[in-house]
Amino acid sequence: MENNKRYWKGVEELTNDLDFVKNADREFPEYLPVNSNKESSEDVGTSSNRRDFLKLMGFGIGAATLAACQTPVRKAIPYVVKPTEVDPGIPNYYASTFQMGGDYAAVLVKTREGRPIKVEPNKLSPINQGVSSQIDASILSLYDKNRYKSPMANGQEVSWADLDAEVTAKLDEIAAAGGNIRVVTNTVMSPTTGAAVGEFIARYPTTQHVQYDAVSYTGMHLANERTFGQQFIPSYDFSQAEVIVSFGADFLGTWQGSLEFSKQYAETRRLGDGKKDMSRHYQFESNLSLTGSNADYRQPIRPSQQGVMVASLYNILAGRAGATPVSGGDMSNATLGKAAEDLWRSRGKSLVVSGSNDPDVQVMVNAINQLLGNYGTTIDNSTPVNYRQGSDASMAQFIDDLKGGQVGAVIFFNSNPVYDHPRGAEIKAAISSAALSISTSIIPDETSEGVTYIAPDHHYLESWSDASPKAGHYSLAQPTISPIYNTRQAQESFLTWAGNSTKMYDYVRTYWQSNMFDAANALDFDMWFDKMLHDGVVEMSSEAVELTYTDDTAAAAAGIGRNYSKDNAGVELALYQKSAIGTGAQANNPWLQEMPDPISKATWDNYVTISQAMANEMGIKLWEGKTETVNLTVNGVTMEIPAMVQPGQARGTVGLAIGYGRTKAGKVAEGLGTDAYPLIGMLNGTCSMDITQGVTVEATGNQYQLAQTQTHQTFMGRTNVIQEATLAEYKSDPFAGYEGMEIHTSEGIKEPYAISLWGSGHEYKNHHWGMAIDMNTCTGCGACTVACQTENNIPVVGKQEVVNRREMHWLRIDRYYSSDAGPASNGFDIDGQAALEIASDNPQVTFQPMMCQQCNNAPCETVCPVAATTHSTEGLNQMTYNRCIGTRYCANNCPYKVRRFNWFKYHDNKQFADVNTPANDDLGKMVLNPDVTVRSRGVMEKCTFCVQRIQLGKLEAKKEGRRPKDGDVVSACTAACASGAIIFGDMKDPESQISQVLGITNSDDPEVDKVVTNPRAYHVLEELRVHPNVFYLRKVRNNEGKPETAEA
Amino acid sequence: MYIRQKLSLTLFALFFTGIFFSSSVFGQATLEEVSAASGIPTDQALIDEGKGLFSANCYSCHRIHSDWTGPGLANVWERWESQETLYEWIKNNGAVLASGDAYANELYEAWNGSVMTNFAWLEDNQVTALLAYIQDETVKGPEEVVADGGGGDGTSSESGVPSQYINLILIGLLVVLALILGVLVLIVTVLRRYIIAKKEDLDEEDQEIVNERVDLPAGLRSPQFLFIVVFIFAAVVAKSAIDGLYSIGVQQGYQPKQPIAFSHALHAGQYEIECQYCHTGVMESKSANIPSANICMNCHINVATGSPEIAKIYKAIDWDPDTQTYGENQQPIEWVRVHNLPDLSYFNHAQHVNVGGQECQTCHGPIETMEVVYQHSQLTMGWCINCHRETEINTDNAYYDKLVKLHESDDPMVVEDIGGLECSKCHY
Repeated sequence: MENNKRYWKGVEELTNDLDFVKNADREFPEYLPVNSNKESSEDVGTSSNRRDFLKLMGFGIGAATLAACQTPVRKAIPYVVKPTEVDPGIPNYYASTFQMGGDYAAVLVKTREGRPIKVEPNKLSPINQGVSSQIDASILSLYDKNRYKSPMANGQEVSWADLDAEVTAKLDEIAAAGGNIRVVTNTVMSPTTGAAVGEFIARYPTTQHVQYDAVSYTGMHLANERTFGQQFIPSYDFSQAEVIVSFGADFLGTWQGSLEFSKQYAETRRLGDGKKDMSRHYQFESNLSLTGSNADYRQPIRPSQQGVMVASLYNILAGRAGATPVSGGDMSNATLGKAAEDLWRSRGKSLVVSGSNDPDVQVMVNAINQLLGNYGTTIDNSTPVNYRQGSDASMAQFIDDLKGGQVGAVIFFNSNPVYDHPRGAEIKAAISSAALSISTSIIPDETSEGVTYIAPDHHYLESWSDASPKAGHYSLAQPTISPIYNTRQAQESFLTWAGNSTKMYDYVRTYWQSNMFDAANALDFDMWFDKMLHDGVVEMSSEAVELTYTDDTAAAAAGIGRNYSKDNAGVELALYQKSAIGTGAQANNPWLQEMPDPISKATWDNYVTISQAMANEMGIKLWEGKTETVNLTVNGVTMEIPAMVQPGQARGTVGLAIGYGRTKAGKVAEGLGTDAYPLIGMLNGTCSMDITQGVTVEATGNQYQLAQTQTHQTFMGRTNVIQEATLAEYKSDPFAGYEGMEIHTSEGIKEPYAISLWGSGHEYKNHHWGMAIDMNTCTGCGACTVACQTENNIPVVGKQEVVNRREMHWLRIDRYYSSDAGPASNGFDIDGQAALEIASDNPQVTFQPMMCQQCNNAPCETVCPVAATTHSTEGLNQMTYNRCIGTRYCANNCPYKVRRFNWFKYHDNKQFADVNTPANDDLGKMVLNPDVTVRSRGVMEKCTFCVQRIQLGKLEAKKEGRRPKDGDVVSACTAACASGAIIFGDMKDPESQISQVLGITNSDDPEVDKVVTNPRAYHVLEELRVHPNVFYLRKVRNNEGKPETAEA
Repeated sequence: MYIRQKLSLTLFALFFTGIFFSSSVFGQATLEEVSAASGIPTDQALIDEGKGLFSANCYSCHRIHSDWTGPGLANVWERWESQETLYEWIKNNGAVLASGDAYANELYEAWNGSVMTNFAWLEDNQVTALLAYIQDETVKGPEEVVADGGGGDGTSSESGVPSQYINLILIGLLVVLALILGVLVLIVTVLRRYIIAKKEDLDEEDQEIVNERVDLPAGLRSPQFLFIVVFIFAAVVAKSAIDGLYSIGVQQGYQPKQPIAFSHALHAGQYEIECQYCHTGVMESKSANIPSANICMNCHINVATGSPEIAKIYKAIDWDPDTQTYGENQQPIEWVRVHNLPDLSYFNHAQHVNVGGQECQTCHGPIETMEVVYQHSQLTMGWCINCHRETEINTDNAYYDKLVKLHESDDPMVVEDIGGLECSKCHY
């Protein structure tokens, strides 16, 4: 295919900045200090002289000799009474449930010797097939040494009995006097938790349960009340949708239920096995979101245009359907027109969603879906979801009451509104007006800082609970470790204060017996409950509710007319969530802080995302993370925040992530970034993440260093790293998009595969492990990165070391922008700033997970002077840490730049104590995988294809006297992937999924071990003939191959 | 060696003679005589069946000739009033106790109220088989004598001679050698005197030789001698330095004192308790597991209750032998780890013992003879690799079928052939 697209990883690459070009091919740039981790990278001249060398050497030899003299005595301490289900060395898996702030996943928790070490998806769940980075990382918060260690009163540790006595006395006093009691929570989707709070309310009738969400979805509830008469959020089924239109809903990233949607979306994007059709996805948004970067058509819009656009779409469709158009919806846009075309063609098999919290917009979206007949096909009203149930109005009422001294007692049940509510400062000031204030937070936070009593909850991995993510779907949560500290489950606290001394296990069991267990199915309850504990999830029939649609478009259009405009001139701010940090509840988790943002590839910070046009105006240039700060003023409040030039940012808008600027969260989180919650505004009676008035941005000229990973490795302009085609091209030629290279030799032009400097290759008799990554279904979310980090004890290095290009992630997700070769026919004018603006106005985005490619002809192996990296008979490129002497030749010779060097000892090192918490204190170390070595300073490491899991899978098969089945060996990244984009398995096994997907047939040619027949499969840099065992399946876009123009 | 072999042969011969005498002098009643009195059959097939049943069900608590967790069973049929009660007792002892049988209750009291497992599933003929076996064993008499005598087949020579005799023999040899030396010196002196006396008959060269004096100081100063001394010294130093370096981190022979004087020689050697009975993880898990105290209590709730070492177990698990109750205050036993593989190497017991079919002794040495466990093998990488080069695959496993088919060489398939020397088999 004639491809004149240009791929680039960052703006510096697009502009071909001289300094960038000079350093682009260096994995270890020379200008960096090697033996200093100090803030300033200026002190390059490190003065080591001969004497120092001799001193160090002398000391080294002396220390080594002394150390060798006596071997330390090691103790072996067995159980006194071994629990029957625990066998040291054998992992146990428990089905449980993750729920936090309305995010939900059915999970399997892997424990070793009684301590949880990994959270993986429960594949029995009909809802989630994978986990997100936040869920993956949530295990580390269990071992956070900052957690509350016992109940507290007025800052002093007390006993539970004393706390209960004082609290009940005060509650009784307040209730007797008729004082108001408020229980403030995020969304509670656990029926038993609801029941426990219900008992508390029954005991203290002046109690109200106030639910709010850090990111509010009240607008959807209100809109559904207006159109269907009930407050709810319906289930969506993206897998049935041929055309998907999203107005700012990041449904693959941070929107409610995104794990389920990732799975459904992937089903519509998967090609092969005769399936040659895929969904078409339109995204209208301001910030470049994860979902937008996966869209076939992405239209940058201003937040103030969203309402008008939705109304306009309604009008176009109403015109087709013969319905009455609404006023105001008169915006014309090519992308919108095309979307309307496609929607109308796919009536009943399409889906329109919006991330807006404005009820008017959501009413209009409901009307569109009604026009299209999507209710009953892609939208299921009879299975409402429980992910977000917060109400802005009741929270506002609570804050007003608290300020007015109307609240006698307030209990913050695992909620932190002082931080994550826009009116947090008001709450903070008014807490003291309540006679009794209690927090059940597991860790000191901004809210618990100001309350009188702390009744710390268990971590969710220590708790009994359940969840109902949607109607008819139930999920059990069971503890996987004994409580580490003297904490008590919050539900139990509520029961205790209500005078019920039932333990949570009995409470959950009894609740399930009386509410979920169907005695008619003739099973014994004990057996049934055991099965529930094993499966973790259960689906029950729920009554189908018939809801009648009521048209309310006129009122909605009127509202939209008041609040939105086609052509707002001022700067607008769109607040968003980063996929790793989200609402900031887990901000003290270094794994999440260091996970590069899927889009900006920045770590450890939030920043104002600005368009290239705005950057040019302000004279801001982003170069390898070096940028300037800007003063962001919103309605009189000014904050100085670094600017990030973000391709795809809608012109005239800026973005800012919430979840940062924690003031009380633990050492990792405190002082990182800026708190954006106070900027959340009100629109149409609900909280709004979009601020369209009163926003100004001005440059300050102050330098700032962001820790970005995006420019750290580059592919030097090679054309076949990213290969893609459009659906039309793919249909006519399945090989479309293949970027083969022709090699000119003395014997004429040859295919890259025809010549090789390598020998006859390897013969694999037993297994041949391989991986296939479908770039069509990979959403780039980054869950695999954290899963890999958790599984393989990969250290966290901290912001400064990321700046120094020393991040340790074995698996990175390369994000490439691409844009058509410019406006002029004479190619792309890279010198002109105007052209740069156009290129980065609205680029297409491609994600490519990149890890060790396990080359059959591995360049790293041939250069290792000590044979520390060698090839195995199963196709693995082995890395032996204890043999490595740290020459780094292998990394220099690796064409994929996937090897990582331990510049420091990251464990037991004070220097990294506040970032690499999993390996610096006794508690944190409990999360380490005991089957993987913790590497020390001076050795190389890289992806091993989870060799410990391979060895385990093989051993289990051997113990049972059989060959391993497909699925016995699954790498950590594969297990975590929510969209099933990563396939791992034995390519020697013809039945394995990877053999099927790649279409592997055996070859007679001894030099070619196997033939891959899937036309979409390709190797990155195939012309090097390193023959990787990782295959990529070419990305196919359902569009015309050109991005949309930026101006809406 | 020859002398020792001969000696051991002699000793064994004496031993056998002793046994022969002892058994013939103190001859016991024959099986037939006993059977006639007891009415228990002597059919060999029945005895064999009983033997199987006994080792599967009774052996964990009962021995024939001595008390164990339960009473010794020799002549058990004589102790009970009637055969019916005995049969009933074996099958359902609770019922017999409840019926108020005097002997049963007496037994119950005598054994501190420990309850025997119920074997209600046993058929009457199976009980008969058990009794037949017990009767057979009773007549054979205690095993020890037979076992010791039977072990000496005359070829396994080394174990035949106790070590203190070896020292004596060596000293004797030295004395003999010294005497021979003295005699030789004497002979030389006498001869020289004789030659000197007949000096005239010798030519000059011979005279020189005869008169030659040994010049010791000059000899010591000669370059040849110095070279040899320096060479030997340097060689010894170099050798010990290299050995020293190679032995860094090698703890072969490491025999730390353990908090409880547990004897493998007693448990695994003398009582032949299966290794897996205590080391429960060895077939399934990476680690073989040091047994938890509750496994000790399976037997030691009744066995050797007075021992101060067992008292340490009671303290750990907070068991009060007087009140026969467990308390809450448990203290784990801190054993000292003997086999310390470095963290960088991965070793899995299940792979070697379960899949590979290796004996514990292959790596742990004669563990059944160790009073205090010591590290028998080097546990170095060279030692591992060596074994992987030589050990044949246990191909009685469908996992390996494909590999066996693909194995081309005529030599047997060893671990090395299927990638057993690759780095990431042990290092990751």
